[in-house]
Amino acid sequence: MVVGLINANPVVYEKKERRSRQAPETTDENAAEAIDQLEIFDHIRDIKDPEHPYSLEELNVVTEDSVEINDELSHVRVTFTPTVEHCSMATVIGLCLRVKLMRSLPPRYKVDIRVAPGSHATETAVNKQLNDKERVAAALENPNLLDIVEECLSPTFA
Amino acid sequence: MAMDGGAAAVLREAHRLTGHTDRVWSLAWNPSPGAGAGPVLASCGGDKAVRIWKRAADGAWQCSDVLEDTHNRTVRSCAWSPDGKLLATASFDSTTAIWEYSGGDFECVATLEGHENEVKSVSWSASGSLLATCSRDKSVWIWEMQPGNEYECVSVQQGHTQDVKMVQWHPILDVLVSVSYDNSIRVWADDGDDEWHCVQTLTEANNCGHSSTVWALSFNQKGDRMVTCSDDHTLKIWDTSADLSQPKTSDNQESWRHLSTLTGYHNRTIFSAHWSSEDIIASGAGDDAICLFAEDKSSMVEGPSYRLILKKEKAHDMDINCVRWCPQDPRMLASASDDGTVKLWELRGNALD
Repeated sequence: MVVGLINANPVVYEKKERRSRQAPETTDENAAEAIDQLEIFDHIRDIKDPEHPYSLEELNVVTEDSVEINDELSHVRVTFTPTVEHCSMATVIGLCLRVKLMRSLPPRYKVDIRVAPGSHATETAVNKQLNDKERVAAALENPNLLDIVEECLSPTFA
Repeated sequence: MAMDGGAAAVLREAHRLTGHTDRVWSLAWNPSPGAGAGPVLASCGGDKAVRIWKRAADGAWQCSDVLEDTHNRTVRSCAWSPDGKLLATASFDSTTAIWEYSGGDFECVATLEGHENEVKSVSWSASGSLLATCSRDKSVWIWEMQPGNEYECVSVQQGHTQDVKMVQWHPILDVLVSVSYDNSIRVWADDGDDEWHCVQTLTEANNCGHSSTVWALSFNQKGDRMVTCSDDHTLKIWDTSADLSQPKTSDNQESWRHLSTLTGYHNRTIFSAHWSSEDIIASGAGDDAICLFAEDKSSMVEGPSYRLILKKEKAHDMDINCVRWCPQDPRMLASASDDGTVKLWELRGNALD
C-alpha cells in the first residue's frame, strides 16, 4: 500500500524497564482504584508503528510523560510526537491511541489526543481531526483502516 | 402560564429508553403523529438501526418499530416530514433513505444516492416539498419531492471547504442553513429562478462566529432567532429576522447578525442545541451535561441576553449527542447519548420567570 516509507530510517530507542506497579495502600475493596499515568502508558506503549516493526515506545512517539491524567475529572490527554514533521501516518497513530484507550478505559473517561506542539507540519488540522468523534467513528467503519489499526494494536493485547 | 408555585426549575428524568446497541446519534419527534395519537420519537445511531418509540395508554414508553437492514453503516440523523408521514434517515453509507408508514409497517420507499461519502444530516423544508442533505464530501444537496416517491436533486452546493455537519431549513421560509467543520455557518436561498446560492456566510472573522467546528443549529418557532453550537464550547444566538429568501436589491440590505455568545457553561464540545416553542434553549455536550437557557427580558440595555435556567450535570454517563423538545409537550425534552440510551426529561418549576 505504502510505496516509499515516510521515514525510512527511524531512530530506535531502548524500551524502558517495566516497573511493577505498587499495590494500592487502601484495603477497602469497594474503593474505586485510581488510574494513573503509568497504567495508561502501559496500555499504549506496545502499539506498533504503522510502517515499522517497532513499538511507539521504541520510536519515542510516546513516553510516560506523554500521558496526562486527571482521574477525578475522568480526563486523559495523550500528546504524541511523530518521528518526522510531515508524517502522514500521524492520524493513523492518533487513531490507534484513541481506539486502544477507548477499549481499555472505563467509558466515563474523556480522552484527548494531540501531536506535540511543533512536532508536525499540519498540527492544528491533525489535532482537529483526531478529536472529531464523528470522523473517528466514520474512520472505524472503514474496513481497510480498521485492519491497519487492529494490526498496530495486536501487540498490545499479547 | 401555569407554573408550580415558584419552585426553582428542575429537569427530572422521566423515562429511559434502551434498545440501541451502540451510541445514539440523533433524535426526531414526529411533528404530526395523527389525531388521538401520543408523541412519537425516532432515534438512530451507530448500530445502523432506527428505533420508533411510542407512549402506551398507561404512560409507559415502548419501542414499536426497529428499522434495520437498509443502511449498512451508522445512521447519523433522522427527520420527519412536516405531515409526519415520512421519515428520512441519513447514513455514513452515503445514502439517505425515505421511510413511509403504511399497513402497520415502515417501508423504505426511496433511496437518495449521490453523495461521495458519509451523509451527516437531512432536513425537510416547511412545505415538505424540499429536502436537504449534507456530507463529509463538503457539499449540500437540495432535493425536490416528485409524485410517486421520486426525489430529484435540484442543486448541489459546494461552498463549504470541509465536511458539513448539519443542515436545517428555516421554519417558515425556503431558506436553508448549513454548519461545518470549516467553522462557518452558511445560508442558502434560491434567486426566484430555481438557482440556489449562498446568500450569507457567518464566520469568526466577519460576524463574531465560531472558532471551531459548528455542530448544530436550531431556529425558534417564528424563525427570527437561531442558535448554533460548537467545538469552541460556546452557543451563539443570531438575529435571523432579515428575510434572505428575497433577491438582494441593494448592497446595504439587512442580513443575519450575531446577538449573543453563551460561554462558560459547557467545558467540552457542544454537539446539540434545540429551541423549544416556549423559547427555552436546550444544549447537550461532550461534558455529559444538559443546559437550559432563556432570554433575560430584564436587561435589554445592551441588546438581548440569555441566562442559564439550569445545568443538569451527568445527565448521561457519556457524551450527549442530541437534545430535542417534544412539539406536543414543550416541557418534555429527549436526549441521546454515546452511552446508548435515550432519556426523556420533564421540566418542572417556573423556568420562564
